[in-house]
Amino acid sequence: MKYFKFLISLILLIGTFYGLNTKFGSIPPIGKFLDPSSGIWQNDKSEVNTETINMEGLISEVTVHYDQNLIPHIFAKNNSDLYKAQGYITAKHRLWQMEFQTHAAAGRLSEIFGPSTLNYDRGQRRKGMGFGADKTLEKIMGDPEIISLLEAYRDGVNSYINRLESKDLPVEYKLLDYIPEPWTLKKTALLGMYMTDMLASGEGDLEYTNLLRQIGRERFDLLLPDYFDIVDPVIPKERDWSAWEVTVPNVPVGAFPLDTIEDIISKPHPDNGSNNWVIGPSKSSSGNPILANDPHLGLNLPSIWFTMQLATPDKNTFGVSLPGTLGIIIGFNNHISWGVTNAERDVRDWYKITFEDSSKSRYYHNNTWKETSLRIENIKIKGQESYIDSVYYTHHGPVSYDNTFKGDNELSGYAMQWTGHLGSNIVRTYIELNEASNYEDYKNALKYFVAPAQNFIFASTEGDIALWIQGKFPNKWKEQGKFLMDGTNPEHDWQGFIPQQHNAHILNPQQGFLSSANQHPVDQSYPYYVFNDGYETYRNRVINNFLRSKDKFNIQDFKDLHNNNYNLKAAELLPTMIASMDISELTDKELQIFNEVKSWDYYNDIDKLGPTIWEKWWRKVYPLIWDEIDYKNEAIASPFSYQTIYMLNHDPENEFMDIIDTEIIETAKDIYLLAFTEAARDLIEWKEKNGDYYWGKYKATYLGHLLQGLPAFSRFDLPIGGNGNIVNATSKNHGPSWRMIVEMSSPPKAIGIYPGGQSGNPGSAHYDDFVELWANGNYLDLLFMQNDSRTDAVIQSQTLSRKP
Amino acid sequence: MNTKSINFITTLILSIGLSFISPWWGIMVAAILTGYFIPLKKFAVFGIPFLAVFLYWLVNSYWLSNGNDFILAKKIAILLPLNGNPYLLILVTALVGGIAAGIGGIFGRQLRQLVSD
Repeated sequence: MKYFKFLISLILLIGTFYGLNTKFGSIPPIGKFLDPSSGIWQNDKSEVNTETINMEGLISEVTVHYDQNLIPHIFAKNNSDLYKAQGYITAKHRLWQMEFQTHAAAGRLSEIFGPSTLNYDRGQRRKGMGFGADKTLEKIMGDPEIISLLEAYRDGVNSYINRLESKDLPVEYKLLDYIPEPWTLKKTALLGMYMTDMLASGEGDLEYTNLLRQIGRERFDLLLPDYFDIVDPVIPKERDWSAWEVTVPNVPVGAFPLDTIEDIISKPHPDNGSNNWVIGPSKSSSGNPILANDPHLGLNLPSIWFTMQLATPDKNTFGVSLPGTLGIIIGFNNHISWGVTNAERDVRDWYKITFEDSSKSRYYHNNTWKETSLRIENIKIKGQESYIDSVYYTHHGPVSYDNTFKGDNELSGYAMQWTGHLGSNIVRTYIELNEASNYEDYKNALKYFVAPAQNFIFASTEGDIALWIQGKFPNKWKEQGKFLMDGTNPEHDWQGFIPQQHNAHILNPQQGFLSSANQHPVDQSYPYYVFNDGYETYRNRVINNFLRSKDKFNIQDFKDLHNNNYNLKAAELLPTMIASMDISELTDKELQIFNEVKSWDYYNDIDKLGPTIWEKWWRKVYPLIWDEIDYKNEAIASPFSYQTIYMLNHDPENEFMDIIDTEIIETAKDIYLLAFTEAARDLIEWKEKNGDYYWGKYKATYLGHLLQGLPAFSRFDLPIGGNGNIVNATSKNHGPSWRMIVEMSSPPKAIGIYPGGQSGNPGSAHYDDFVELWANGNYLDLLFMQNDSRTDAVIQSQTLSRKP
Repeated sequence: MNTKSINFITTLILSIGLSFISPWWGIMVAAILTGYFIPLKKFAVFGIPFLAVFLYWLVNSYWLSNGNDFILAKKIAILLPLNGNPYLLILVTALVGGIAAGIGGIFGRQLRQLVSD
């Protein structure tokens, strides 16, 4: 009997231990998780930053002051110490995010989540994310100074990781039950790939190919023209390029393969983009240049940005950093300020590959069979055996799609060629920008920057303003890379690159201001081939019209422009829609909605009904027009909204207006009515459930935690207006991720805000303390300290000292 | 002092002491040890270590979280899900610790029975 009782108690003990120490599905190991001494209760605290830290490898002492916003102001005696401290301090506040983003980039999420993310991981591997990171490291190996700074950063991060006890782990590790690995240079390179993938992989070659095949050349060119005259290009039309000697490759004979491509790897958010603008002394009330920037990205917590000040006796830089890489990415120092928007150029192309046999060891190119190389991707999966993925590489790049991935033909596949695989010493660009003191320094710093291509806007205290569109761009023949290309034809290969000095740029334009908003980079006089690969057509015009509207501007004007909710897209179509509507048959409720939208002033403010009705109505109109296109069975490009609206205004009886499933021939007028009735029905339904459809409430902007939007760590229903295609580009889960305005006085005066908080800890008061300010269109006054003496604005100070 | 009080105090002190050096299951070790060396009878075998660790985890989690306005506790109480109520989370925490210790107590007692002959 006692043996039996003992056995029962032993089983009970083991069962309890196992039950409380093991993760079941998404339920964390509950005993470990809730233990007050080492579980989540240890994370229920806000930051204390007063402890003196002894750090190995420091040359001198480093002082870190924190202001009330938990912004660290780091003062070091040299670059090595500075970036070591940056690594340490960043890890202290954002460790989980740093590692998670690089895991995501590398296609390693299945290690954490199990088989549910295997397809995502395979996609990352097949895009060559790890391959690109390796190329970047190879490139940087030739630059010992940068390597040593990257190592300093790495050591700083690891110094923090090594100090961690299990109770100190960020809460996400406790939730998912894993621990951080040591930081490496490869991880910083992977973060670069993460950004490159986010910003330089939005091409639509395969989608364009499907559309071209479906609707034919003439209609394709009508719906997706290479250039819109109405656009104010990034580099103003005043720029004259005629002095350059330029050679552009000839268009070869031979057709594009018109394949049917059913499924592709998901693309980055189409709204990934940004605004920046700058005014020179002539347009500034104070006579100092003023610069503004707001990158539009997915709105996540923790924020993608971490604000900090980095100072040595030789430089003093302030701005936002990306956790995982060193330096300031968008910011200013005592001499210059800079900001970036995405250049959106087509730098990724696809080639149809013909394999000799199912071994995929050789492929046909230039009339011979050439060897592929094989990269084995070992994808670890939590709770399962690893998945081995074989990715074959041609001279173009990885054959991302083959019969093992989204295809079914053993003898063919699609290979990617991408500037993201060239390797890029971006770190040098940022280090030099951080230290730059004038236009020449800025210009030289940019030379190293390959991808993701950016519109770098610039201002200096000397009064210069400038904009360079910097990246490495293939020098293409007309339409090269717009569609899937023939991988057997050497003339379809990239024929070289646009020389760096021929990247479009301008210094101190006549007009006294510059801006970029992901629109077409140049007008048609630019001698190299650039086509409209989905450039933004609205924000640039609102911004430039605003900057032309007065002689002088100040910081308040810049704030107003950041927060400008004017919906130019609606303003260009809604009057036509309203004027063409036959309202005789509308019900009372429909008529009320019609009158609400009719009295709207085209501003997407939170307390208005008009924007909701417009968005709903437009979203019904658009698919009714393009019902001719098969979206269901193929990956397909959507005709540009701008072109659609142009057709509606100028050619309302175009054959596309007909709804093919009906007997009668519809025109735009019929579509408006039909779409309106459908939109009204949805709105009435919404109203019954949720009350009035005010724009802010209806849009319900939220910040999703990086962990698949985990609701407990996210913020919902933020009262902020705007939308995509509006200067205040805040849509449901996307928008201005950092708003910065810098006036180039001496020293510069700057304000900035981002949706989030400096702390990555959901248990900290600083996790989301900027959110309300951001939503309300307010800013933080950035404390740009001129030396390391403690002031009243400093709340806490910390010393990193040499290990004795 | 009776055995129950001695067991209670010892379990509490051992649990606190072990929490500095051992993972969460230190409370189970504490309860096994006291169950072995300070034997109890009937329901107290489970009840006393349960109560000791229940109180320890209750007070400790409340104390840690209260100092921070329960910012994280409220969020974890959405996650688990406990309706966003931090006090419920504290209660659940205390129960989990208590049950683990209680089971430890039972095992310690049975182990002694086994060995004592």
